[in-house]
Amino acid sequence: MCRDPLDPLPPFAFRDETEKELQQLLSRAPTPAAAILPALHLVQKEHGYISTAAMDYLAGRLAIPPSKVLADATFYEMYRCYPVGHYLIQVCTGPSCALLGADRILDHLADRLGIKPGQTTPDRLFTLGRTECLAACGSAPVITCNGQLYEEMSVEKVDQLLADWSAAAARQPGESEWTGS
Amino acid sequence: MDRILTATWGLPGGHTLAVYRSHGGYGALAKALAMTPEAIVDQVKAANLRGRGGAGFPCGVKWGFLPKDLAKPRYLVVNADEGEPGTFKDRAILEKDPHRLLEGILITAYALKVETAYVYLRGEFGQPGQSLTEAIGEATQAGYLGTNILGSGYSLEIVLHYGAGAYICGEETALLESIEGKPGKPRPKPPFPAVVGLFGCPTIINNVETLACIPTIIERGGEWFHKLGRERDGGTKIYGVSGHVKRPGLYEAPLGLSLRTLVYDLGGGIRDDRPLKAVIPGGVSCVPLKPDEIDVTMDFASMTAAGTMLGTAGAIVMDVTTCMVRMATRIARFYHHESCGQCTPCREGSGWILRILEEIEAGRGSPEDLDLLVDICNHIQGNTICAFGDALAMPIRGYVTKFESEFLRHLEKGGCPFPAW
Ligand SMILES: Cc1cc2nc3c(=O)[nH]c(=O)nc-3n(C[C@H](O)[C@H](O)[C@H](O)COP(=O)(O)O)c2cc1C
Ligand code: FES
Repeated sequence: MCRDPLDPLPPFAFRDETEKELQQLLSRAPTPAAAILPALHLVQKEHGYISTAAMDYLAGRLAIPPSKVLADATFYEMYRCYPVGHYLIQVCTGPSCALLGADRILDHLADRLGIKPGQTTPDRLFTLGRTECLAACGSAPVITCNGQLYEEMSVEKVDQLLADWSAAAARQPGESEWTGS
Repeated sequence: MDRILTATWGLPGGHTLAVYRSHGGYGALAKALAMTPEAIVDQVKAANLRGRGGAGFPCGVKWGFLPKDLAKPRYLVVNADEGEPGTFKDRAILEKDPHRLLEGILITAYALKVETAYVYLRGEFGQPGQSLTEAIGEATQAGYLGTNILGSGYSLEIVLHYGAGAYICGEETALLESIEGKPGKPRPKPPFPAVVGLFGCPTIINNVETLACIPTIIERGGEWFHKLGRERDGGTKIYGVSGHVKRPGLYEAPLGLSLRTLVYDLGGGIRDDRPLKAVIPGGVSCVPLKPDEIDVTMDFASMTAAGTMLGTAGAIVMDVTTCMVRMATRIARFYHHESCGQCTPCREGSGWILRILEEIEAGRGSPEDLDLLVDICNHIQGNTICAFGDALAMPIRGYVTKFESEFLRHLEKGGCPFPAW
């Protein structure tokens, strides 16, 4: 695993309710490996990303080689091996969205947030990214935020969404980190 | 026209069991459970239902490939990975009409003597997955799903499995690898999944829309369903249209809808009434059609004869302001990004194509690069384990050969002559 031997891993554990989900998963999975993908989803739901410690932990719980967990965590695009902001905004730049202005929306968001796609704002409130086609081309251009789909977007509409999200975060200070989705 | 797959779309509570049942829902399940599994397969064969996942393989024929003996458990796997850019029909079925899919799964699983069915949902399908989960709850409560279904003695368990953002997992054997917990790298065929599939057991993989057709086939009969469509292409299809049209969306029509009708009639024509430049008929793996080529009927055989494919029947429309080099570049970027990396021609070829296209879009390169692009495509096609390589090579070659003058104009001008998107 990609671990620094001089930097011991922090211990990893799930919250109680996630632990219950994991146990259910393990009891139902036809093979230990079949539980990797759903278990990685659980890690990400709870922690926002998949740390090396989490991968090691899962390998132990599933009794499979750590390399198999690492292989999946890196092959599959949705798994993130780095922390993201409280709001993960992804702009679809697939063909139908691109034809209807997705690039302009992405540039505009990058401008407004002062970051490039792939980066997180210094207050850790927003991470900006792109995605491939989200199977919503009939209502292009679309974006997602923490997994929620927003359709028929425009520069004005994403401005409104940004304002709403910032206001929601201001009402709940201390929430500027991933709380799950 | 009979609306089959979209009959309850847009009704208040259209996704609920109550509304589905008020439209005759789960009647076909009761009828099917009184039939022999073989009789159901015969009806589906008579229906001439071709797979809606893109390849158009005859559904009943595929079901017939399962071994006769029941030595091992067998699985039904529902492909809800919908990732082909330009395609947005399966999401709609899952969100608007999940019970039709469930009833299709139940009848199919009974016909194939399956006790566990997997639904593989793409990782981004949180909302569609939620809708299916609720429907499963309702159906279980009502006795349509679970043990001893409607007192028949037949039992079925449905397991939802989420992917995690990999287009290749829509390819059926990559999908099986993914359910087994591995990176989605397609398996060489043969053996075909019907013989050696999930966990080494006989497995049938079908698309969401394919299975959503099954209740109607059982209810009205295979012959009735067949007559709705074309000679070798039964039933109706959910056609999609997006991009530069006035009314993008999904439209159900019998197999054999005219592409012109889809674009100019159902789709409302081109935005601002501009001239058309090209249409991708059924997802980005299809060769684009020029304006004088859109008088084709959208069934599997006719589209192949027209030098392209029906694919997923999700058309992407581009008006005259659209740069074909940029579209080809975007498509190549997609394939390069999504290549699983297993086969050299696809892994290396996709990146090579992308780099050449990016240069041409920026106005750099030489006319020989166009020959090189075609040459690379020719060397990818047919030389990879799965059809991903073809899905990349065929359209890219199509853009280069059909819009050659536009590629050359980039080189002459030293840049892209078209406006930004
Ligand atoms: C690269 C690639 C991606 C595919 N993606 C999908 C997909 O997202 N959904 C789907 O149903 N079929 C997809 N397919 C087709 C499947 O391999 C398979 O043919 C299909 O699920 C079979 O179901 P059907 O016979 O009902 O169409 C893909 C094929 C390839 C080669
Ligand atoms: S291209 Fe954006 S949803 Fe399909």
